Amino acid sequence: MSAAHEPVQTFTPRDFHRQAHDALGNPQIRANFRRAMDGLMAKRRDVFSDWDLETLRELGANIRLRALARLPDLLERLEANCQANGIQVHWAENGDEACRIIREICQRHEAKAVIKGKSMVSEEMHLNAHLEAAGIEALESDLGEYLVQLNEQTPSHIIMPAIHLNTDEISEIMHDKTGIERTRDVDTMTAAARAQLRERFMGADVGISGVNFAVAETGTLCLVENEGNGRMTTAVPPVHIAVTGIEKVVEHLRDVPPLYALLTRSATGQHVTTYFNMISSPRKEGEHDGPKEVHLVLVDSGRSNIYQDDELLDTLRCIRCGACMNHCPVYTRVGGHTYGTTYPGPIGSILMPHMMGLEQTKDLPTASSLCGACGEVCPVKIPIPDLLVRLRRESVGEGRGNVPGAGVKRTKKEASAWKGFQWLATHPGVWRSGTAMVGKLQALMPAKLGAWTEYRTAPKPAKTSLHALVKRHQAERAGGEERS
Amino acid sequence: MTPVKLYPPKPEKVYLFGTCLIDLFYPQAGLDAIRLLEREGIDVLFPQDQTCCGQPAYTSGYHDEARAVASAQLDLFPEPWPIVVPSGSCGGMMRIHYPQLFAGTERKAQADEVAGRIFELTEFLVHVCHLRLEDHGAPEKIAMHTSCSARREMGLTETGPALLARLDQVELVEQARAAECCGFGGTFAVRHPEVSAAMVEDKTQAIEATGATRFVTSDCGCLMNIAGRFEHQKRGVEGEHIASYLWRRTS
Repeated sequence: MSAAHEPVQTFTPRDFHRQAHDALGNPQIRANFRRAMDGLMAKRRDVFSDWDLETLRELGANIRLRALARLPDLLERLEANCQANGIQVHWAENGDEACRIIREICQRHEAKAVIKGKSMVSEEMHLNAHLEAAGIEALESDLGEYLVQLNEQTPSHIIMPAIHLNTDEISEIMHDKTGIERTRDVDTMTAAARAQLRERFMGADVGISGVNFAVAETGTLCLVENEGNGRMTTAVPPVHIAVTGIEKVVEHLRDVPPLYALLTRSATGQHVTTYFNMISSPRKEGEHDGPKEVHLVLVDSGRSNIYQDDELLDTLRCIRCGACMNHCPVYTRVGGHTYGTTYPGPIGSILMPHMMGLEQTKDLPTASSLCGACGEVCPVKIPIPDLLVRLRRESVGEGRGNVPGAGVKRTKKEASAWKGFQWLATHPGVWRSGTAMVGKLQALMPAKLGAWTEYRTAPKPAKTSLHALVKRHQAERAGGEERS
Repeated sequence: MTPVKLYPPKPEKVYLFGTCLIDLFYPQAGLDAIRLLEREGIDVLFPQDQTCCGQPAYTSGYHDEARAVASAQLDLFPEPWPIVVPSGSCGGMMRIHYPQLFAGTERKAQADEVAGRIFELTEFLVHVCHLRLEDHGAPEKIAMHTSCSARREMGLTETGPALLARLDQVELVEQARAAECCGFGGTFAVRHPEVSAAMVEDKTQAIEATGATRFVTSDCGCLMNIAGRFEHQKRGVEGEHIASYLWRRTS
């Protein structure tokens, strides 16, 4: 059965366990992600092989930290310099407000058709649905996003939205939804999609894109892409609306090359992308092309709240490369949809609790073995495992209480179990007799320990604890020395 | 930039922090670690009041409880001897996370001081003892799983394999995706059992595919997980703590 014939699935972080169960049992999903992630990891490794990666990561982290340290000031400078360039700047406290701002701009221009470049922030706020409700059709022009939209799905990866689909599934979707002949030839399908999209670019009233880096000192919006759809989206329609989170600002133009170098290599293993757009103004007098109006919508959506905590703040360093998910053993096995959030994988698990609250996302911070692969590859050195632990603290009510839904996971049973552990581990005498006892009671130990023994044999408590073995060993040694 | 760690000369004495998993399930590995150190002429001090490093509570978010448990361990090492831990996971907890856990408390200086004396066993044997091994065992192929904490938290990817390379009759074979987590992750295995099971299944398949019938690791969490899966599936691959393996082949 092809993906195209499956009913539209909706995913929510509340159902992480059920969705993980389904994904783990789906050989197609398993194979698609494993193959894709293996490939991405290998490409990243190769492309960084002749770089002093640690030095570059340190630089990337410092650029982001410096920008965040001056975030309020840089945002004001960005606004002033964009306005000086003729870009209209709007501020949105949350996704709903951003949707309203974008819809009103569209309505002012009596727009019926919007063409979109890839933007995860627009996914955060469910912009397409909002525009459609207002009678404005929004079409995704990034190839992966286009496929996902045709298939009535959401992206399963922040860089490669259709990574969960293989060639056959894509062929089926293209056939079903656009009427082309079934083919396994990727170039044929790409050419078909290109022709379909080309028409839509020409007819679009408004183009909407994201932003990778917003440069404060020059008021420049940088857009990184491979397909040229970003350039078409931002250059062909008469109006361009760029939408981004407030954390995407950097101070200097010279901050961009190191971040760009890290971004493309970490994301797709590319030295450089096919397109790098720098948008600095609407069409000027005498110019032949470019939009007549350019808008920048800066969205908060919980980011200011993250910003006020000196640990959680590191979450905002992210440049959205997706390397953390490519290297995550959990993401690789369950895929992006399982998380039920706009951003899946490790970055999603540290970001989404702020956007959706811990009540809905409480299973995400624990969906990690803390293996550290995400933190190891993060190009801006976000301490992702530490932040996962911090959110676990918040979930059980032992943090600072400043994440929405803090304390939601606290149960009397678990809290008292950890208190019990504390008591035992701080009473060494009891601990020693306890460990000695466990060994002696071996025969009485249950053969089944719930989830553990469903997949593994239970470890057998030793008959003699290390404490006791060492005592015996030391006595033997002392005895041996006396004798000799 | 991460500074290069400078290792001390071989000391007269060391402390051993045995870890709770070894205490409960693999005490022989702890004893074998002690024997390896003693054979190098080092006196091993084993504070009998040691219990657990506190990591299970720490990673579960119960930091007050973890701090109380860690506090009790901090007092067990009054002399300036190195503290050897036969686990990258507990070693990482004590070296990396104790300073974080005690930040802003009156025990911060003590936590820093103890953290600075933490050595994972294979690290200590390679870099401080410059261990030489005389292999008395039969020729054998062996796989090694280096724990994520040893590999990424403590930066010890090489020390386990370096020790195995000193055994003449042993051929170390590398499994596919050797750096990938085995799926243990402490409470992760309990909170997300199905995902964890998928991970350990892949790990056992990768080890089995090398043709080795035995694997070693320096972390008992991984050992319990991987060996437990092999046993459950009756696949005939056995696991062992690296301390026991080294001692068994050279004693």
